[in-house]
Parts: sequence; structure tokens; C-alpha cells
Amino acid sequence: MTLRTLKGIVLKIGFWVLVAVLMVYAIFPFYYAVVTSLKPSSELFQVSYWVDSVDFSNYAAVLSQPTFLAAIRNSVIVAVSVVLIALLLGLTAAWALGRVRFRGRTTVMMIVLGVSMFPQVAVLSGLFEVIRTLDLYNSPGGLILSYTIFTLPFTVWILTTFMRQLPDELEEAAIVDGASPWVTLTKVFMPLLWPAMATTGLLAFIAAWNEFLFALTFTLTDSQRTVPVAIALISGGSQYELPWGPIMAASVIVTVPLVVLVVIFQRRIVSGLTAGAVKG
Amino acid sequence: MTAQESHDTVSNSSRDQKGDEGAGRPVGAPRRERGTRVRRQRVRAAWLFLTPMLIGLLLVAGWPLLRTFWFSLTDASLSSLEGSQFIGLENYLVFDDGWYGILADSLWWQSVWNTLYFTLVSVSLEAVLGVIVALVLNAHFRGRTLVRAAMLIPWAIPTVVSAKIWAWMLNDQFGIINHMLLGLGLIDAPLSWTADASLSMWAVIIVDVWKATPFVALLVLAALQMLPSDCYEAAKVDGIHPVRVFFRVTLPLITPALLVAIIFRALDALRVFDVIYVLTSNAASTMTMSIYARQQLVEFQDVGYGSAASTLLFMIIALITVVYLYIGRRQLGGGS
Repeated sequence: MTLRTLKGIVLKIGFWVLVAVLMVYAIFPFYYAVVTSLKPSSELFQVSYWVDSVDFSNYAAVLSQPTFLAAIRNSVIVAVSVVLIALLLGLTAAWALGRVRFRGRTTVMMIVLGVSMFPQVAVLSGLFEVIRTLDLYNSPGGLILSYTIFTLPFTVWILTTFMRQLPDELEEAAIVDGASPWVTLTKVFMPLLWPAMATTGLLAFIAAWNEFLFALTFTLTDSQRTVPVAIALISGGSQYELPWGPIMAASVIVTVPLVVLVVIFQRRIVSGLTAGAVKG
Repeated sequence: MTAQESHDTVSNSSRDQKGDEGAGRPVGAPRRERGTRVRRQRVRAAWLFLTPMLIGLLLVAGWPLLRTFWFSLTDASLSSLEGSQFIGLENYLVFDDGWYGILADSLWWQSVWNTLYFTLVSVSLEAVLGVIVALVLNAHFRGRTLVRAAMLIPWAIPTVVSAKIWAWMLNDQFGIINHMLLGLGLIDAPLSWTADASLSMWAVIIVDVWKATPFVALLVLAALQMLPSDCYEAAKVDGIHPVRVFFRVTLPLITPALLVAIIFRALDALRVFDVIYVLTSNAASTMTMSIYARQQLVEFQDVGYGSAASTLLFMIIALITVVYLYIGRRQLGGGS
């Protein structure tokens, strides 16, 4: 009996150790970035595990750079536009795919799924030509256009899943009242789909905010960069003199909004991710 | 189009009629006609509503992909896309006093190997770690929501930022990882994680596993929460060891969700770019197919050659996807 309780206690301690290890593993890198960003440059090269004295000089250095502020502005413009476009096109497509039976529906779903598997590099040269033809090279417009390749498929996919779950009776009542499909979509479904739209919008925002390859390739000047490219290209005098303090400060600045969003909306994000994947 | 619609109408008219009856419409012949008209109107509206999305996908995916295929058969360069000449398969392989072209380039084959190695190792680690994290999060304990939120943080951090943070932590002179390992006496001298050719791939894998494990864990957790509790109670009553229960009951039941997570992760890993570009740039020891293709395309301005590499990457990913789906479906079909 005592052996059994002892075993139980050991198992319990083991479990909590495991939880602690996982927590440290998940959080420590970001925590360490915050610690580094709050150090003055003189103490940067002494490893320490906590903040002794708070010093905001790295933040001041980053936020006084006009190119970094421009990058934040560009990122916001691009991400918000991408979310709006993806939701508008995704919602109309999801109504068609989720609520109407027609021949070719499966084919369209397969096309959407196929596009979501495209490696971005595979369309790089073709997309470069399209963007240059439309005169969108080195502008947020080019990025907004190109980001639809990865935001649109999963927006359509997730919204279709949620659209299917709504009861038929709602729409039948609207049809009987003579409502057109557009009115049905905007007046009947949209109010019910707000949670799903918030989820998809959030996922699209995160994807657009984090994108790197297109942003690196389709912009040329510092004033048109987005945040990930700006951070990747921060450099010092040489390869061995990277300004780690400002880099960490910039990293914390662009990540904090995302971390706050994720912690607040974690339930929604989880439901969106699983809805998108389970059907796949 | 009309034939399709009438075919659909027959199979679906009952549903529309039921709706009409439910709302108390007058019965009789007009109802059926009305149903057909509504039905036709809806199918037309469906295509209308799909058009913007399809045009969007055509503009950013379909057409550019075809152009990439075409460029791979030309000598296009970044400065003169229009004035390019058709040169057949010369970008892929050509004999001119020795073999030239991508298929004869040892760096290309090394990047293919690097990509496959990276995908296999990182996705395997993510699957194992993801299942462990999911099992922990599935247990009932105080503070579970907090732990779950913490697990999402690596996933939410932009790849470029996580690569930078780890580059700093793995820094050879001032990095905290070397500091820890030295302090624990595991190494004698600091390791240059990102510069040493034998270590840099592991540095990349460490970062990728850290960032992507939460995604696998969440998908597996969703599957775990849908498992029926009665088989666990039965197993408990029979006194079967929990480890045995996991391998005999839990693992088979979560396999479909795990396979979905693995294919999503594998597709991401096969096209990996950001983390490697930031961590080790164009170093040969970590060069992947995406890095190779972009370097040819943008830095060497050789659109034809780079497009050929992109085309091969696309083919390889398509092939792996098809094979995986085929095997996955057959195994699942055989299992059930």
C-alpha cells in the first residue's frame, strides 16, 4: 500500500516536472529575447538569466529608425488588406461550396486544396512577371496580391467547414421569403459566422504578418519592406558585429501583438486550425 | 450546363420541397416549378460567387505556375523576361563537352538531399514531441489553459523572429546555449552552431522543431479530446498498464489526425526557406531546394535556370504528396 502511494507521488512529481520542462522550452527563447532587449549594449555580452536593470535604449534606437516605422506601417497595411480580401472572397466562395450542391464542387475544392500545397518558390518567377506587368513591384499592392495564394485556400476551406455546420432551415426560410443569395449570405449567414470569420481573419493576419519569401523578393527599397524583411536585414558593420540588442528589441515589438492575440483568442485559433486540417 | 442543373435538381428537389412545405406554401404543381427555378438560380449564384476566388487563384497560382514551367525551357534572365529564347531542356541537362544543367549540378543534388533529411528528421521529432505535449495538455490539471496558451507562443512568433532569437541563443561566443552546455560540462569549447557545416543543419532543425511542435500538438490534442472514454474505463478495470493502453488504444485512434498533421508539416518542411535563409543564409551545408532556386532566380538573375529548379521542386512535392496520400488511404482503408 505504501509502495503504491509512493509510486503515485513519484508519478505526480514526474508529471509536474514534465509540465515545467515543456513550459520552459516553449517560453524561454521569447523570454530571453525580452531580457536581451532590455540590456544596455555594454552588458550585452555577459550571459544573464534575468533582467538586473531595465534599459530602454535598444527600443529607442529601433523606434527612432524611420525605415523600421515604415516597415511596421507596410506590414499593417498589407496584413489588414489581405485579411479583408481573403474574408470577402472566402465568404462568397464558402457559401457556394458549403450551401449549394452543384456539379464541379468537388473539383473546385480539390483545386483549392491543391493550391494550398504549392511551394511558394514554384510560382516565384511567374508571379514576379505578373506583379511587374501590373506595375505593383516594390509596393504593398504586389504583396497584397501575392499573399492571396496562401491566405485564400485556407480561408475558403475553414469557412466552408463552418458554413456546412449551420442548419438548413435558416436558409430555407430566407429562400421562401424571396431573398436573393447575396441577401441570404450577408443578412442570414454573416451574423452567425462572425466567430468563424474572426478565427480565419486572425489566421490570415498571422500568416501575412509573418510572410518572408515574397516580401523579400517583391520589394526593393527600405521604405517598402515589411517587418520580417526589415528584421532579417538589420546588420552591423560586419557579419560578426550584428546589433543584437536592437534586433531583439525589434523582434519583441513585432511579436508582442501576436502573442497577445494568440493568448486571448487561443480557443478560436485551435478551433480554426483543427477545422482546416480535419477536413483535409 | 442545363443538363447538369436539371440532373442536380432531380436529386435535390425533395430537399427544396421540404423547405417549402415547412413554411406552409400552397401545395401542387407550382411548388415543384418554383423549386426548380430557385435551384437553378442558386447554382448560377454559386458560380457567380466562386468567380472572384477562382480568378484570384488563377492570377496568383495557376498562371504563374504555367509561366514558371515555360521559363524553365528558356534562357530568361531577371532583366529581360520578355526577350527570352526557347532552349528546350538545356536548363535541366545538356551535353556540351561534359554534362551541364541542374541534373548534373552536385549542389542541386546536395540541396535535394538536405531538404529530404531536414524534412524527415524535423517532422519525426515534431510528431513524437507533439504527441507528448498533446498527452500532457489532455490531462486534467490546474493551470492547463495557461500551459496551452504558452505552448502556442512558439507557433505565433514569426519564423524570421524565431530564427533571429535562436541565432542569438546559439551564438558561438556569447550565446546562452553554449554557456549552459559549458556550465554543465557537456562540452569543452564553445560550438559554432551556425557556421560549422556539421552542426548547422541541426541548428536549423532545433529552431524548426521548436516552432512547429505546437501545431502538431494542437491537432493531436483535438483528436484526443474526441476519444470515447469507455475503452479507457474498461482498460482501467482490467488493470492494463497505461503504456500498453497508449500503444494499443490511443495511438491507433489518433493516427488519422497525426497523419494529417504530418502531411501538413512535411509539405511545409519540403519548401522550407525563411528559417534557413536567416540562420545560415546560402551555406551549402544547409541549402534546400527553395534556397537553391531563389538564389539562382534572384541573386544570379538566371530566371530560366531558377525556374527549372522551381519546376523540379514542384514535381518532387507533388510526387511525394500523391504517394503519401495513396499509401495513407490504403493503410487506413485496410485498417478499418
